[in-house]
Amino acid sequence: MHPGFSQWMSGTGPESEIVLSSRIRLARNLAGIPFPHRMSEEQGRAMLERVEAAIQSLNPGWHMTFRRLTELTALERQVLMEKHLVSPQLIQEPVRFEAVALDDREGISIMVNEEDHLRIQVLMPGLQLEEAWQIANRVDDMLEQHLDYAFDETRGYLTAWPTNLGTGLRASVMLHLPALVMTRQAPQVFTTLAQLGMVVRGLYGEGSEALGNIFQISNQVSLGLTEEELIHNLAVVAQQIVGREKNARDHLKGSAGIALADRVGRAWGILTNARVMTSDEALKLLSDVKLGADLGLMDGALPYTFPQLTLMTRPSFLQVEAGHELAPEERDRMRANTLREHLAGKR
Amino acid sequence: MNDGQVRICQRCHERPAEVHFSKVVNGEKSDRYLCEQCAREEGAFHFVLGPQFSMQHVLGGLIGQAGFPGNRGTAADALRCPTCGYSYREFAETGRLGCDRCYEAFQAELNPLILRLHGRAQHRGKVPARSGKELYARRELERLREQMADAVKREAFEEAAQIRDKIRQLEGGSADAPRV
Ligand SMILES: [Zn+2]
Ligand SMILES: [Zn+2]
Repeated sequence: MHPGFSQWMSGTGPESEIVLSSRIRLARNLAGIPFPHRMSEEQGRAMLERVEAAIQSLNPGWHMTFRRLTELTALERQVLMEKHLVSPQLIQEPVRFEAVALDDREGISIMVNEEDHLRIQVLMPGLQLEEAWQIANRVDDMLEQHLDYAFDETRGYLTAWPTNLGTGLRASVMLHLPALVMTRQAPQVFTTLAQLGMVVRGLYGEGSEALGNIFQISNQVSLGLTEEELIHNLAVVAQQIVGREKNARDHLKGSAGIALADRVGRAWGILTNARVMTSDEALKLLSDVKLGADLGLMDGALPYTFPQLTLMTRPSFLQVEAGHELAPEERDRMRANTLREHLAGKR
Repeated sequence: MNDGQVRICQRCHERPAEVHFSKVVNGEKSDRYLCEQCAREEGAFHFVLGPQFSMQHVLGGLIGQAGFPGNRGTAADALRCPTCGYSYREFAETGRLGCDRCYEAFQAELNPLILRLHGRAQHRGKVPARSGKELYARRELERLREQMADAVKREAFEEAAQIRDKIRQLEGGSADAPRV
């Protein structure tokens, strides 16, 4: 499995300075079969075979590749998570009968036997929730021709967690909000979001911290509204947060111009000169440099997008690049080398 | 701080650090030194980032609550899904169901919970083409009837007649469908 960049990391699309990506996820289950956490070995394997056959029906048009997680190394599985193509839950050890199908651009990812039998996920760069939904909807339609979904008229799509019931839809946007954090507005913004029924998470989902000022915002409720309504509501909220982040950036640039330029310059200095760097530090500094590039405080553009640079510093990605496992100290050295080479070498 | 040096807070870079956080994620240890004020602010921050983390606690909390409409005490605890054998007790502990049929098996307990989680009880979203064929047809009929009423209101009778023909065609498929 090649460790390169996914299409969604291209840094293109509407509002892509602040909205790193848009994601649609649909939870689906097959009728009359226990959910994955209750499956026997036999049921798990049978599910894999049924779903693999259904996914093959998407080919050749959709260029899907089906991978059982047991066929991948632990590092390869973790890279999939670092690229946001699978959830942390899917790769939880020990892997048994989980699988993932990916298209060649790594925009579509179908997780099999995660918390639900199927989780259809579409990732796109920038603010493109509607576009991502169109694709997820078509993939779902095609799979449903081959699979008997668990569905009831009142409750909609039946899911392992009652929290995903109804549409089975979780729409989310990944936002880079350094100015809202620096101006200390973030906690208040997120409190408001919670009141609006939105959930805020860190970079790698549930329980993870807001490293690099990256936040994922998604809908909480999934039943009783249409997919279009849920997506529209999130898009409106995302647009509002983008507006507030832009205001905060203008404010910082005006009132703290020198301090900001200094912070960005220092981050760049460390990134291009350090010999040892932890992944948390890298993400924090990359966040500063990305903000600097957005605000024209750097000489020229960065040679890679923020999501690409973030991925390059992740522990498992580094090890797959190195071709072997690395001790944490070795990783910190290799991370610093990679950043020096890719940032300074091209400038 | 044990080396006698005064550490500066890693967040505000102003005040001396008084609180030390250490955590390990994917084998990577990270340390964080903060002043008291920043630690409090980050704490507030984590509180906001927290709720999703404990979805099963939210569920568990609801189910365990005195006066919660789904509570039937020991009677509900003994319930089991006839399809997968999962018990209501297990659901109450984990917040997760055993199979799609559990929703029927535990419906008296689950329905109020679902209402509480989503604020609504009736699905209005997508309907799968095969498993939801009947509902799909019914919704299509509803939509057409609304369109026809609207056309009549606008006195667009030709359009209304066309829609009526479509409705008749659709109704041809099911014998018990009401006539317009
Ligand atoms: Zn401080
Ligand atoms: Zn069951």
